[in-house]
Amino acid sequence: MHALIGENGAGKSTLMKILYGMQKPDEGTIAVDGEQVTFSSPGDAIARGIGMVHQHFMLADNLTVLENVVLGGEKLYGIGAKARKKIQEISDAYGLGVRPDALLEDLGVADRQRVEILKVLYRGAKILILDEPTAVLVPQEVDALFDNLRELKSEGLTVIFISHKLGEVLKVADDITVIRRGTTVGTADPKTATTKQLAELMVGSELPSPETRESTVTDVAMLTVEGLTLLESGASGAPLTTAAPADPSVTVTVHEEAATGRKLLDDISLTIHKGEILGIAGVEGNGQTELIEALMGIASPDTGVITLDGDDISKTSVRKRREGGIGYIPEDRHRHGLLLEAPLWENRILGHVTEAPNSKRGILDPKAARKDTERIVREYDVRTPGIDVTASSLSGGNQQKLIVGREMSHNPKFLIAAHPTRGVDVGAQAQIWDAIRDARREGLAVLLISADLDELIGLSDTLRVMYRGKLVADADPATITPEQLGSAMTGAATGRLEGTEEQPEDGDAR
Amino acid sequence: MMKIDKDKLIIGAAGPVLALVTSFVLTVLVLLATGLDPIEPIRLMIENAGYSDVQVLIVNQTGIYYLAALAVAIGFRMNLFNIGVEGQYRLAAMVSALVGAAVDLPGPLHILLIVIVAIATGAIWAGIAGILKTTRGVSEVVSTIMLNAITTSLVAWLILPKNFGVQPAGSNDLTTGQIAESGWFPGIDMGDGGQIYGFTFVALALGVVYWFVLNRTRFGFDLRATGESESAAQASGVDAKKMILTAMLISGGLAGLAGMPILLGESHTYSLAFPVNVGFTAITVALLGRNHPVGILFSALLFAFLDKASSNLDVSGYPKEITQIMQGIIVIAVVVSYELVRRYGTRRQQQKVGEELAAGGAIKTDKEVSA
Repeated sequence: MHALIGENGAGKSTLMKILYGMQKPDEGTIAVDGEQVTFSSPGDAIARGIGMVHQHFMLADNLTVLENVVLGGEKLYGIGAKARKKIQEISDAYGLGVRPDALLEDLGVADRQRVEILKVLYRGAKILILDEPTAVLVPQEVDALFDNLRELKSEGLTVIFISHKLGEVLKVADDITVIRRGTTVGTADPKTATTKQLAELMVGSELPSPETRESTVTDVAMLTVEGLTLLESGASGAPLTTAAPADPSVTVTVHEEAATGRKLLDDISLTIHKGEILGIAGVEGNGQTELIEALMGIASPDTGVITLDGDDISKTSVRKRREGGIGYIPEDRHRHGLLLEAPLWENRILGHVTEAPNSKRGILDPKAARKDTERIVREYDVRTPGIDVTASSLSGGNQQKLIVGREMSHNPKFLIAAHPTRGVDVGAQAQIWDAIRDARREGLAVLLISADLDELIGLSDTLRVMYRGKLVADADPATITPEQLGSAMTGAATGRLEGTEEQPEDGDAR
Repeated sequence: MMKIDKDKLIIGAAGPVLALVTSFVLTVLVLLATGLDPIEPIRLMIENAGYSDVQVLIVNQTGIYYLAALAVAIGFRMNLFNIGVEGQYRLAAMVSALVGAAVDLPGPLHILLIVIVAIATGAIWAGIAGILKTTRGVSEVVSTIMLNAITTSLVAWLILPKNFGVQPAGSNDLTTGQIAESGWFPGIDMGDGGQIYGFTFVALALGVVYWFVLNRTRFGFDLRATGESESAAQASGVDAKKMILTAMLISGGLAGLAGMPILLGESHTYSLAFPVNVGFTAITVALLGRNHPVGILFSALLFAFLDKASSNLDVSGYPKEITQIMQGIIVIAVVVSYELVRRYGTRRQQQKVGEELAAGGAIKTDKEVSA
């Protein structure tokens, strides 16, 4: 099992794309089983026994596991009993525990990943490439995945594992290659190497830690949310019947619908003080996205009151909320944070078009906006040849730094940071953490939503766990372990999560 | 950085050039396949364009296409496909002609009234599609096509003599009655060549306004942002529904103006002979012009040339329909070549950015300086 690590933009994905035949190398050779090969398409790579499990699953929700696996590989074992038998065989051989007839949409993330792995094995892969396989998993699931991978290894398969979570790499890999800026900068033996050494190899600097040093929590509430509830059929989804869509202001309708419509957000109440970072832990899809949308004003909740700095903003528009001091680092920067085809300086205007320095009295001020973009690029270390390139030509980390810079430039009172360092390299990660910490010291209230439990525990002053649209548990980040948090995220634990030490009941009193 | 800008210009021009060359070559092939001399009709057309009366016709037609194409383009800029420009244009021309013929006002006021009625009619007609989309989620493509069909019937019904139509003595034509001379927009007399519609200059001025609104106002930024990424625009605070409705209203208003050059400058009435298909041609014009006011001007000019310079090809024994073939091929070629060029451009830029970063061409940052 070989691990490939490196910063984002270091060339990991490019290398993998070449190995999988999605891209052609300009120079150099690839050898499989000692035999030199050239791939011009993923088909060639598959024929050579190379399979890839992508970071974003390529599965169809409305099909069963069996159908997903045979899709595109119908010629191998047909689509009937023979295919089913083969799937069962593979599943048993490697302990994947996949049920061929389960509908994919009923499966959790970890199960889907196993289906992806099975799909690759079904096509006869001997070499598996896994691209950031642990990014979406909770710690328990990561362990289970590693067990599966060890199983594969013992059966003689080769696994190439791409990651930037160094701890995991050390735990599971037999050999480690570090790449930086497109070249191999070193190899390491996981038996002797430490995460610190690896990180230094990766970025040429010290490993950043998300640890927040001193508490800056005040007792002035910045954001209060009370009884926030959002029903599935309510705001965004189209009504199933031909009846008129439910009017959120008519409470009678809402209560009637409550019996049928699934609650995406269920009676959420929370308070974030000035200078406080409130972390929300939870497996993705448990209402975090809806919570953000409700706070931003993109979705209109069915009930509940949102108060920002003493003003009721429950009914205010997105733009007014942003002008009122809500900063937003979206979870999906491509969909919600950037205009990919637009130049950087126009992206700097996005979301703040009504605010200085971007415009005056309805007229844009491109000169000022450009100047300020240059400042952001400088201060937030956005690596770009200029501000006229499109956002899509930057790497993910640099895109994210631009977004963080933009949001921080408007002195927000309250920042929604959803996965602020997802897909961001270690260097940029530290800078983003610094920016959030600095702002917190100035009295910024932050809602932090992240799948990276170390980040959550390290940055947050208070932790809440979200499960099925409800805040089910809270914890003190000073004492909680990722494992404890992980079990609460799967709904196994509720209420106050106690760490190993006795803690005062009030999380703010720390 | 200058280099990237130059690249951008070349890539921007590559799409239309590629499309035009492709369609030209294909048209020549069609002519060859039918056993005709492929070069002669083109020579004839260029020769035609040398006459001053044809030139005036071309300029006038350019103004009409320009207005209609701006209407299409503003929709395109926010991912709305207003196919209904044709219907909005015809209904607006008819209603404003009716109102114009019915009232008697002093000069400028008369013209202003006709223009405002035209804008309002076009906007309301397009607004129906806008409201259907925002309240019921009906695709504007479907609803505007339907509205086009309704327009045809509505206009045919309204122009009946028992309703509002007037039948001039000794003619089969039906009109909406003559607008008094106070409602005529003065043109520029070109002597033998005829008159250039004064409204053509209004059209050009609107091109400038279009550019300014889109590129220099908050509203324009919101509109473009919505077109580029609706989800990002929404998260940035754009009210998507309001934006859709506003864009449809503006698009319809502009479409309504497309009938004004002829109505105010030449026909002074809406008749059965009023030009049709302007709105459909405008879609191609906007596409070829990349929704940019200058690009649209050139493509409007090209289409006006193809229309007007081809009119006497029949006399020389060549079917003038070849220009329609050419226009049709341009539509397809434009779509394909733009996508090709766009992909190439994106890839190229990513490579360039990578190279420049690797070569240390990045803007020096504080962090690096202090390190």
